[in-house]
Amino acid sequence: MWDRFTGKKRVTSREVAKQRLQLVLIHDRSDISPVMLEALKADLIAVISEHLEIDQEGIEITLSESRGRSRLLATIPILGRRTRR
Amino acid sequence: MPGRVITITSGKGGVGKTTTTANLAVCLALLGQRVVAIDADIGLRNLDVVLGLENRVVYDLVDVVEGRCRLRQALIRDKRLSEMYLLPAAQTRDKTAVNPGQMVEICNQLRPDFDYILIDSPAGIEQGFQNAVAGADEVIIVTTPEVSAVRDADRIIGLVEAGEKGPARLIINRIKPDMVRRGDMLDVSDVLEILRIDLLGIIPEDEHIIVSTNKGTPVAHDIGVPAAQAFRNIARRLRGEEVPFMSLGGSDNLFGRLRRLIAPRSDTH
Ligand SMILES: Nc1ncnc2c1ncn2[C@@H]1O[C@H](COP(=O)(O)OP(=O)(O)OP(=O)(O)O)[C@@H](O)[C@H]1O
Ligand SMILES: [Mg+2]
Repeated sequence: MWDRFTGKKRVTSREVAKQRLQLVLIHDRSDISPVMLEALKADLIAVISEHLEIDQEGIEITLSESRGRSRLLATIPILGRRTRR
Repeated sequence: MPGRVITITSGKGGVGKTTTTANLAVCLALLGQRVVAIDADIGLRNLDVVLGLENRVVYDLVDVVEGRCRLRQALIRDKRLSEMYLLPAAQTRDKTAVNPGQMVEICNQLRPDFDYILIDSPAGIEQGFQNAVAGADEVIIVTTPEVSAVRDADRIIGLVEAGEKGPARLIINRIKPDMVRRGDMLDVSDVLEILRIDLLGIIPEDEHIIVSTNKGTPVAHDIGVPAAQAFRNIARRLRGEEVPFMSLGGSDNLFGRLRRLIAPRSDTH
């Protein structure tokens, strides 16, 4: 209660458990492991880099769920166009 | 009306399947129903001791399947409830001694004579589980409010859906209201939000369960004990009654939240 007034937030073990469960189930349900996502990311970088100059550090690839479907979200910051040979 | 075959399963072991099966059998029998409980955990027979019937076992499920006795001969009548029977598991064999087709056959033979056929499933997703759900009209999934148990429950829900058994219903067992209030345990609404299946019941952590299991008298016989009340509520819901859920430390506005959260798995955001 007090935390609510002071604006401080204690992260309870319940919340931690819930978040971990939600994440692990997204992977379980889609049968896509974190390791597989990493491999996918590497491939995406390779393909996109042929056309665009991208910020490899800023890439975010996540799995989420909506309407009962797994969704792959890729956010790829573009630095510029690659001048092709 | 032919009996309903209801399988109690979980994925993770030790979450309370056998306790639930025994107590629901007792509660349904107390409501005047003809009940048979089948122990499908072959090799790890437990339901007989939880029901206090271990000294009466003569034949078992495998004896029936292998033709050493008739089905009727293997059924053990309860000490207190004349309309309640146990079909025990074999203790010295393993899951491969029975196949799903044989389980279906046993269920079909029992349907005309009983109102409820409850099957206590072994943990896991292997053949023992496949045997236990093969003849089921309905599946009840038991979990505890812990990460690993809920994760395994999710896996089982997927398998049950794939088996076209109709929607499974959930029992959340061993809830500790104090821990929920402190924010140190997933509450009922968290688990439902994650698993997105219908809630059949919630059972508090209750030492009476251990005492009653020691004695071989299911806790459901002890009127006034919290766990007994929880099992009685579940039995009435199985009968089709609307019984409010106990309050076990979840948010104040539990009912409203529950109702909103019980949405089919496929159309939540
Ligand atoms: N609500 C509860 N409160 C206290 N103890 C409980 C509760 N539910 C179950 N138990 C205890 O937990 C233990 C495991 O329960 P049980 O044997 O019913 O689980 P199970 O799912 O059948 O296990 P297995 O997967 O090994 O078959 C038992 O000792 C039981 O007495
Ligand atoms: Mg058991």
